[in-house]
Amino acid sequence: MDSLPFFPTRASTIAGPIDDLYFAWLILSGVVALAVAVLIVWFAVRYRRGSPADRTIADAAEHARTMHHIEITWTIVPIVLFLGMFVWSAKVYYDSIRVPKDALPIYVVAKQWMWHAEHPAGEREINELHVPLDRPVELVMTSQDVIHSLSIPGFRIKQDVLPGRYTILTFTANRPGEYHLYCTQFCGTSHSNMVGSVIVMEPAAYEGWLSAHANVPTMASRGERRYHELGCDGCHGALAAVHAPKLEGLFGKPVPLRDGRTVLADERFIRNAVLLPNQDVPAGYEASMPSFRGQIGEEELLEIIEYVKSKGNAMQEVVP
Amino acid sequence: MNSAVITPNENIGPHESYLSAGWNWRSWLLTLDHKRIGILYVISITLLFGIGGAAAAMIRLDLLTPHSQLVSVETYNKLFTMHGVIMVWFFLIPSIPATLGNFLIPLMVGARDLAFPRLNLLSWYLFIFGGLFTIYALVSGGVDMGWTMYAPYSTSFSTSHVFAVATGVFIAGFSSILTGLNFIVTIHEMRAPGMTWFRLPLFIWAMYATSLILVLATPVLAMTLMLMGIERTFGIGVFDPAMGGDPLLFQHLFWFYSHPAVYIMVVPAMGVASEIISCFCRNPVFGYRFMAYAILAIAAFGFVVWGHHMFVSGQSAYAGTVFSLLTFLVSVPSAIKVFNWTATLYKAHISFQAPMLYALGFVGLFTIGGLTGLFLASLGLDVQLHDTYFVVAHFHYIMVGAAVMAFFGGIHFWWPKITGRMYPEGWARFCAILTFIGFNLTFFPQFILGYLGMPRRYPDYPPEFQVWNVLSSAGSSLLAFGYVLPLAYLLWSLKYGARAPANPWGAKGLEWQTDSPPPSENFHTTPIVTEEAYAYSQAESPHA
Amino acid sequence: MHNNAVAGIAPQFDDAVQQRTAANLGIWLFLATEILFFGVLFAAYAITRVRFPDAFAAASRLTNLPLAGVNTAVLITSSLSMALGVHAARHGARRALIGWLSLTVALGIAFLAIKAVEYRIDYLEHLVPKLDFRYEGSQADQVELFFYMYFFITGVHALHVLIGVGCIATIAVMASHDKFSPAYYTPVDVTGLYWHLVDVIWLFVFPILYLVSRS
Repeated sequence: MDSLPFFPTRASTIAGPIDDLYFAWLILSGVVALAVAVLIVWFAVRYRRGSPADRTIADAAEHARTMHHIEITWTIVPIVLFLGMFVWSAKVYYDSIRVPKDALPIYVVAKQWMWHAEHPAGEREINELHVPLDRPVELVMTSQDVIHSLSIPGFRIKQDVLPGRYTILTFTANRPGEYHLYCTQFCGTSHSNMVGSVIVMEPAAYEGWLSAHANVPTMASRGERRYHELGCDGCHGALAAVHAPKLEGLFGKPVPLRDGRTVLADERFIRNAVLLPNQDVPAGYEASMPSFRGQIGEEELLEIIEYVKSKGNAMQEVVP
Repeated sequence: MNSAVITPNENIGPHESYLSAGWNWRSWLLTLDHKRIGILYVISITLLFGIGGAAAAMIRLDLLTPHSQLVSVETYNKLFTMHGVIMVWFFLIPSIPATLGNFLIPLMVGARDLAFPRLNLLSWYLFIFGGLFTIYALVSGGVDMGWTMYAPYSTSFSTSHVFAVATGVFIAGFSSILTGLNFIVTIHEMRAPGMTWFRLPLFIWAMYATSLILVLATPVLAMTLMLMGIERTFGIGVFDPAMGGDPLLFQHLFWFYSHPAVYIMVVPAMGVASEIISCFCRNPVFGYRFMAYAILAIAAFGFVVWGHHMFVSGQSAYAGTVFSLLTFLVSVPSAIKVFNWTATLYKAHISFQAPMLYALGFVGLFTIGGLTGLFLASLGLDVQLHDTYFVVAHFHYIMVGAAVMAFFGGIHFWWPKITGRMYPEGWARFCAILTFIGFNLTFFPQFILGYLGMPRRYPDYPPEFQVWNVLSSAGSSLLAFGYVLPLAYLLWSLKYGARAPANPWGAKGLEWQTDSPPPSENFHTTPIVTEEAYAYSQAESPHA
Repeated sequence: MHNNAVAGIAPQFDDAVQQRTAANLGIWLFLATEILFFGVLFAAYAITRVRFPDAFAAASRLTNLPLAGVNTAVLITSSLSMALGVHAARHGARRALIGWLSLTVALGIAFLAIKAVEYRIDYLEHLVPKLDFRYEGSQADQVELFFYMYFFITGVHALHVLIGVGCIATIAVMASHDKFSPAYYTPVDVTGLYWHLVDVIWLFVFPILYLVSRS
């Protein structure tokens, strides 16, 4: 069941389970709507004013008891049905947001009115996303201005993209082809032109696409250059005189903070450390890191994050 | 039913009533009579409905082609924003409460007026004042942020008249609060002797629940608008991340009000439906107590489900799970109500005048709208459907299919009481059916568009969506007729319609125990209530 | 027909009891809406404080505790004088009523005057956002955000105090024209409840803005 009328093509591993939910609701609600419609029409005809139908109620007490039981039944049955659907749909949701350990990260920066994607290997795309077939992908996304939302109906995925923080989308595309990509959060004048395509490529074609961009510097190397330009090495480098946290092997580890909390050193942590350094100060250190707000763009921040990841990433298995 | 029963054909023909008590500007614009204030509201919201409807017409015309050809993209953005702002705050929220509620609540409980008539007049002036700010924004170039006003677009990026619209809605919010306050006090303190809580018509229960929401939810909107307006004016970041703010805070505050707001819009419609269905079935509403408790449950639960508008917003999956569960639970009382209305038809004596056609249309469309809400409550499925035309179709089935049909049904049902005239039945039935068909043709294709992925608020769309958009726009032309024709024949009936007796439908309810139209003080003598609500007997014979 | 011209009962009411209970329920509902108004502000403040605990604590220590402390005493005293005024109205003590109401008005005006002085001092200390705001220290943006909320919350509260003063002054004038009696003093009652709420709200505003970081 690859492609049905009224349904977009299924192109990801989560599309099937989500369509199943949809079908279930279509059937359930169709049955209920039909039942209500049939009853209304039947009663309307049978009990129209002047019709000879019998309206007497023989035993009022018995009738009242029966009616009460009917009331209770049609209260309990929907509750049970809804709870079942709730559990099922919550499970599908959790499946759809779980990021596999070996997911290929792609970084997305949304801005009025275009999608800017950066691959770790260095390729940059505008309004297009080339992804490999049958491999989990993790989109790490942020906005440069207002709230946008990335939607790929063929994959059945969607996530708001916020300024000032990172949001995550994950998918595994399982059908080659080209699929619509939309912005689905009103973001200004050209909101409806902030569209593009996701291109799912067979492994060989994907390798070909990568090698066509082989001479582009990787994100990590661009991040490293910026890291040095901004003088980060002065405190975080091996020869630094200042007592600052070392970045080797940092990404993905839990970090105990000065105020007693422990947070995970993920993309959000790195971003906050650069822009709001005195918010989450690690234990054993002073709140003396300057803020680089206004000196770093969103893309550059993502490149620096890739660089930090390249210095040892506890969240990824080493891929040979 | 009371000590001064009026026989059906008494006092037809011109007689002293609230309408004849003075016809100059002062007697209308400084009136303290809840019935006249109800009419002031009817006139105002009809004008505003016209403006919102014109915006809708332009939107549907523009969407006939995949590329926006009728209007520029900027204009389109302003059209859907103004359509939403006007229809939500200046038509739907006041519609049944401020028109039928104002007119009928004192009559239905057996009082001479609302508890605070001067506050009632102030409510109308605040509504007009707020409406003027919004019209000003419209006339001086419009607003383009969507009725949902999400920050930081609304606070820091839009160059349109955000502040004027926010102010207009802020002021109109006080109108809502004062109206709700008035209704609650009236229903608590001013019922006629013998009118116990469980003898009240279900319309009163519906207005009571609506008023609780009006009073408790609207202040939250007011403060959110104030925070938003000041952020925009002084550039201080409560919501804008570029200034250290949190955009999700805006969404939580906004939806904390705006979800209960949708119950403000639909609960009164449920009340109207109960009145009409019981009358034209000659049957008490099935399960009166369940219906009353269900209305209160909807109002209460409605306050804790706001996060279902934010499943993909970046809120935590845990929060999404909780909101999804609560949303499923809030749909149970609504389901009960649909089953109970259907059961009211069992062993009834049903007739199909226009109000009944509108009420049955309400039940059908509310059922579809409510069922599609369950699709959206499902966490996993909502990801696909959020911010697409599926959502647009869902809320229009409830707001227009259900609420507006019930509003029209109520206007027709109580038209004889309000004006003393009968409307032309043939035309009215035609319009009810035309509206039902036009509505389904307009909005059903949008469910399909939604799952296919067409996003909301798109003036330009991929060409493969065109066929559904054309169907939808075609339907909207029928719908437009269905809304405009009643205006014509209702106005016609004011002069040429048959004079109405006190109780043309043979309905139960105190409002039918007084003249059509009622005297200024509502009742010649205070009614004394001795029966249960909807005390239609088995042998009741229908009135002509 | 109903003739309510006697004893000041409005025509929609059957008797004085109904009028009084209606007014009472009405004012309590109105107070509920006020609690929700301020609730939103408190929620926004609380959420932002959780996001920036250090900055907000530092900013809070810059607020003017002595003046706010005096204002707290002023407002609590004014609630006492208002309550004594309601008591006087209930017992038909006209001169006492006018006296207590006048004292309440004076205390309300004193509150506003002290608030104005406090705002002026804040301005001179460069703590008013966007108006020559200056803060030497880290997280100046968040400190400015604290003061934005501080001025917004205390400003909205002060507006409510001003409206209250106006209402109480009006009631005092009405009392001097002999409009109230033990049978009818509803406006005094209703205004008193409003004034108590304004006081209660200050009792929340004061600790969360001035005291929490000073323990």
